[in-house]
Amino acid sequence: MTIEEAQIDKELIPILEKVSDPEIPVLTVLDLGVVRFAKITKPNFVEVKITPTYSGCPAMDVIGDDITSALSENGYETKVDLVLAPAWTTDMITESGRKTLEEYGIAPPMDAVSDKKALLGEEQVVKCPQCHSTNTKMVSQFGSTACKALFKCHDCQEPFDYFKCLI
Amino acid sequence: MDKKDLIQYIETIADNSLILGQRMGELTGHGPTLEVDIACTNISLDLFGQVRSYFQYAAQLSNQEISEDDLAFLRQERAYKNVLLVEQPNRDFAYVIARQFLFDHYHFLFLKHLQNSEDETLAAIAKKSIKEVSYHKRFSSDWIIRLGDGTEESKQKIQTAVDDLWQYTQELFEPNEAEKAAEEKHIGVDIVSLQAEYTQNVGKVLQEATLTQPDLKFFQRGGKKGIHTEHLGYLLSDMQYMQRTYPNMKW
Ligand SMILES: [Zn+2]
Repeated sequence: MTIEEAQIDKELIPILEKVSDPEIPVLTVLDLGVVRFAKITKPNFVEVKITPTYSGCPAMDVIGDDITSALSENGYETKVDLVLAPAWTTDMITESGRKTLEEYGIAPPMDAVSDKKALLGEEQVVKCPQCHSTNTKMVSQFGSTACKALFKCHDCQEPFDYFKCLI
Repeated sequence: MDKKDLIQYIETIADNSLILGQRMGELTGHGPTLEVDIACTNISLDLFGQVRSYFQYAAQLSNQEISEDDLAFLRQERAYKNVLLVEQPNRDFAYVIARQFLFDHYHFLFLKHLQNSEDETLAAIAKKSIKEVSYHKRFSSDWIIRLGDGTEESKQKIQTAVDDLWQYTQELFEPNEAEKAAEEKHIGVDIVSLQAEYTQNVGKVLQEATLTQPDLKFFQRGGKKGIHTEHLGYLLSDMQYMQRTYPNMKW
């Protein structure tokens, strides 16, 4: 996924880049891929469409509000709509977003096949974001937020979050 | 399809997630271990999120005459159309898992078919939800196997829970009027046709768990018509308390 595919006006990108995910503050809403549409449709008026990561994600309301206030600081009136289709997938996280996640200490989502093997405990493929060992074990499919699973590293002994694959 | 009928259908399918979400939410801070506690509340959150999408759509269909909060919190007991299975209480952890397991396998098949609904919004909600429900199904099935193929005590407890809750499973496949109408219009799912696959899928997990699949002749039903077990009233009084005490709050 790239920003171009998501139909976002170029001049809005620097503004939206400053809006971060309230639960993973190092990730911008553009990195996360939840902004599907942001266009200036009338003078000083922006229409935004965002898609939820998980249905119950409590961050969505906050993200909508944060986008509205960031745009209003730049003189735009905003209308934010929540769209369900196409459903968000972890593929919508940008390449730079994946890197940021790992640096932050959250293992980024893998492809669907590896993800399934990892969560079913068939194969040790999730890399520890601290020491990069794959000698890791899933502790729980459900982690600190709806989008994460909890892992533990056998080498550095640190627990860490894994961003679950959603396709 | 008539808007009123469609709202009825949405209530029927969303109420299952709403009531089960409330039951799982009751475990917040009370799960047997931290990981399981978090898992149960995550499942609860997913279910509430799905309900919100359904109810926002229903509110939109009503031209905002009813709100999502009205639907969730201000109906009388008889107006809730959830199956009896999901309102059964958290007697012990085995009951929590067995109830979730028996519902998840149905829920997954249901959403798989709802994705093909001719109603675009329902299809989109289904596409979103099924990804979450596949995690729920994996979680509850894993625990069925772990408890069934565990110690003598865990096996006995999970078998008791499965045996007891089995009487509520038939209702899942018996359409009410709203479901029949929605199915005729290719908006709803033909739930009767899901039963064979359900029985097979559930049977496979029970077998792996070394548990016995119950063989029952008599089943309990009524939830879909609004006739509930005594447990729902208590659940609703808890769930509706805030909205009735502080009217017009938003969830
Ligand atoms: Zn490590």
